Amino acid sequence: MAARSDTAKGRPATVRGERIGGGAMMAELGTFALGLAFVLCVAQVLLVLAGQLRAFRGVERLSEGLSLSAALAVSLSFAALLHAFLTSDFSVANVAHNSHTLKPLLYKISGAWGSHEGSMLLWCLILLCYGALIVLFGRSLPDSLRHKVLGVQALLGAMFTGFTLFSSNPLARLDPVPFEGNSLNPMLQDPALAFHPPLLYLGYVGMSVVFSFAVAALIDGRLDRSWARWVRPWTLAAWVFLTLGIALGSFWAYYELGWGGWWFWDPVENASFMPWLAATALLHSAIVMEKRDALKAWTVFLALLAFTFSMMGAFLVRSGVLTSVHAFAVDPQRGILLLIILFVTAGAGFTLYGLRAGSLSSGGVFASISREAALVLNNLLIFVALTSVCLGTLYPLLMEAMTGKAISVGEPYYLLSFVPAMGVAMLLLPFAGLLAWKRGTLGVVWKQLVLAAALSVLLAAIGVALTHDLTGLKGLSLGTGFLLGGWVILGSLRLLIERTQMFRVPAAEVWRRFRSLPLATHGMILAHIGLGLFVLGAVVETNTRLSSVDNIAVGQALTLGAYRVELKAVDQVEGPNYDADRAQITVRSARGVVCEARPERRFYAASGSVTTEVALCFKPLSDLYFVLGEPALSEKGQLWQVRALYNPWARLIFFGPLLMALGGLLSLCDRRLRLGVAAKGKKA
Amino acid sequence: MTRRLLILLALLFGLTQVAAAVLPSEIMADPDQEARAHRLYREVRCVVCQNENIAASSADIAADMRRDIRLHIRDGLSDGDIREILRNRYGDYVLFRPALTPATLALWFLPVVVLIIGGVIFIRLPRKTGITAPDDLSPEELSPEELARLEALLTDDTNRSS
Repeated sequence: MAARSDTAKGRPATVRGERIGGGAMMAELGTFALGLAFVLCVAQVLLVLAGQLRAFRGVERLSEGLSLSAALAVSLSFAALLHAFLTSDFSVANVAHNSHTLKPLLYKISGAWGSHEGSMLLWCLILLCYGALIVLFGRSLPDSLRHKVLGVQALLGAMFTGFTLFSSNPLARLDPVPFEGNSLNPMLQDPALAFHPPLLYLGYVGMSVVFSFAVAALIDGRLDRSWARWVRPWTLAAWVFLTLGIALGSFWAYYELGWGGWWFWDPVENASFMPWLAATALLHSAIVMEKRDALKAWTVFLALLAFTFSMMGAFLVRSGVLTSVHAFAVDPQRGILLLIILFVTAGAGFTLYGLRAGSLSSGGVFASISREAALVLNNLLIFVALTSVCLGTLYPLLMEAMTGKAISVGEPYYLLSFVPAMGVAMLLLPFAGLLAWKRGTLGVVWKQLVLAAALSVLLAAIGVALTHDLTGLKGLSLGTGFLLGGWVILGSLRLLIERTQMFRVPAAEVWRRFRSLPLATHGMILAHIGLGLFVLGAVVETNTRLSSVDNIAVGQALTLGAYRVELKAVDQVEGPNYDADRAQITVRSARGVVCEARPERRFYAASGSVTTEVALCFKPLSDLYFVLGEPALSEKGQLWQVRALYNPWARLIFFGPLLMALGGLLSLCDRRLRLGVAAKGKKA
Repeated sequence: MTRRLLILLALLFGLTQVAAAVLPSEIMADPDQEARAHRLYREVRCVVCQNENIAASSADIAADMRRDIRLHIRDGLSDGDIREILRNRYGDYVLFRPALTPATLALWFLPVVVLIIGGVIFIRLPRKTGITAPDDLSPEELSPEELARLEALLTDDTNRSS
């Protein structure tokens, strides 16, 4: 150790061949920093508690500094883990299990969160950093509320850093040190998946801030419109991250799993979808609370629910209850610990809610036809949809645990429960934006929307007409999808026209009005258009995708609709940590060559596994999608299984959510929502 | 003209759908039967795969299960009969649409119950009633309740600027 003391001074040695020397003390420093973060969190909780006593009034102020220090400590710990991965320090067990010297740099970095232990450390990092952000951006909050929020956030921090430190330390050493690592699951070695976990976690954990705000306000007994205004930006930020994370994960499934599906109603997908639905409902009910002082109890309930579902997602995915590529920790003890954290946190939150909810005054009243009423109905329908996703995910698990009988819940169930609820919500959507607060007039709004309605019915009619030779069910599904998607998009555009008085006042005036619209309104319109585009893409892709598969020899071709897919050659290529067969495919239509595609079949020696690398030909709206399957021998010689898919309008499925996230971002930039603006304004 | 446009659009979308893993040799001659078979493929789980239906799975057993379904359809069995046969052979686990049994009542009806309870609460929410036009309200005509609310809003505004 003494010979390598230089590394302790913070100059990490990266000399090759120094097996344990690479960062002799880095892992220990990282573990120490994680321990420090845990202690700082506990101290912060104790300080906030002490501050509630008369004798120690004022000490809770110190918790702000502790919050920043804890974030710094856990960042150091995460840096140590990154360092271990970058230098391929196989004396760290986690690196040995999940990395390999030949792995490309990006996947060495993403390997840091590619395992259970590493991803828990990432969770802690984000949790404590959000705590620090509350300190930095929360200056305008009343002191008592801010300290309680920090206290709750620190309590969550203490539980999760404690769990990571004592049961899943990613920096634990391994003895004897292996010569080479096991590498990361090749399925996870993909750019989209490198960024999928951090985005998802930024969303999941972002809900912790909302949870802390809710608990703090319940303890304080003060829930008013300003609370809704403080909570909204945090919810929006978390929602944007969650939207991007889910879309990226879905895109990964689309091109990595090799048959063009993008959503499977897999329990793991549902686990990320449930907090998203809760957050979406919360975003809408918080608007009502902010503007009209109504729906308090419901908004707080959703705030507690969103993070509960986030934690439940972590439990489901991490505990090994589910088997999937995500569930790497098949260790019951960790699962039980996570379950305890979940029950303690959610239990405490909802008990407090039960005690306090009755005393929340119900604020502003509104008529049956009003924007409030429309938003309440939207919340009800999203909640019904959430219930069905939650049941579909948990019911098979509970039923197997209790009766030992296994059932499957899949797409047909959600088509009958989730889809109708969301469909009705989408029917209501254009009305909500146009109705007035307190009391609206349906007649006026309907007159504004009648053209949009007519156009979407026309669109639906075309959709059904196109499917005349398909089964009635498919026509129905396409028709409904066109109707809803068109209706949401056109209705949102109608709102924009209404707000800018387009076609009624001169263009210059329209432009002025357009620019002076609040960013939150722009964001809302954009997000709703994104939703409509997603529905159109989803319904067209699912109902009209074409596919063709066959074993063919080099030089032969497949027919895919109007396309001829010719297998030109199959070459052997060598990648950084794999060997691959790469097919050269030429796609022709009547008008000539459309594109060249190079799907691969990769063999990863480190883990002895095979993956298929899909090749996509991007067209503006649609995808041509090629998979090279297993080789086969026949009397005619070497054959290759080639699978070709034509996924019409697939672009919209991923472009829609992107627009939604962009809308959220615009709304987040709205001046009125920015925290601390009032305080800054006063100083100036 | 419209007809040509429709054909063009139809080509654009593609009009037939074949499951990803189904080989060309598996397509049934009768389009109605093929559509039925296909709908069933999507409801049936590939029992050795991870959350995949047999339409998507390229596993051997999925191909066998698809063949069985085609044979049953050719024998003139109804969709319900086929589901029942599959359930008897592989258990409830094989159907992605769980059968309605006493054990799955809550699964199917809880969302409806939530909708009804929520609807009742929505209907019984405190409502603004009366026929007075909202425009001609002067402060003197505010009800005590509304005055209290006004007071709350005003104090709230002072909070906001702090």
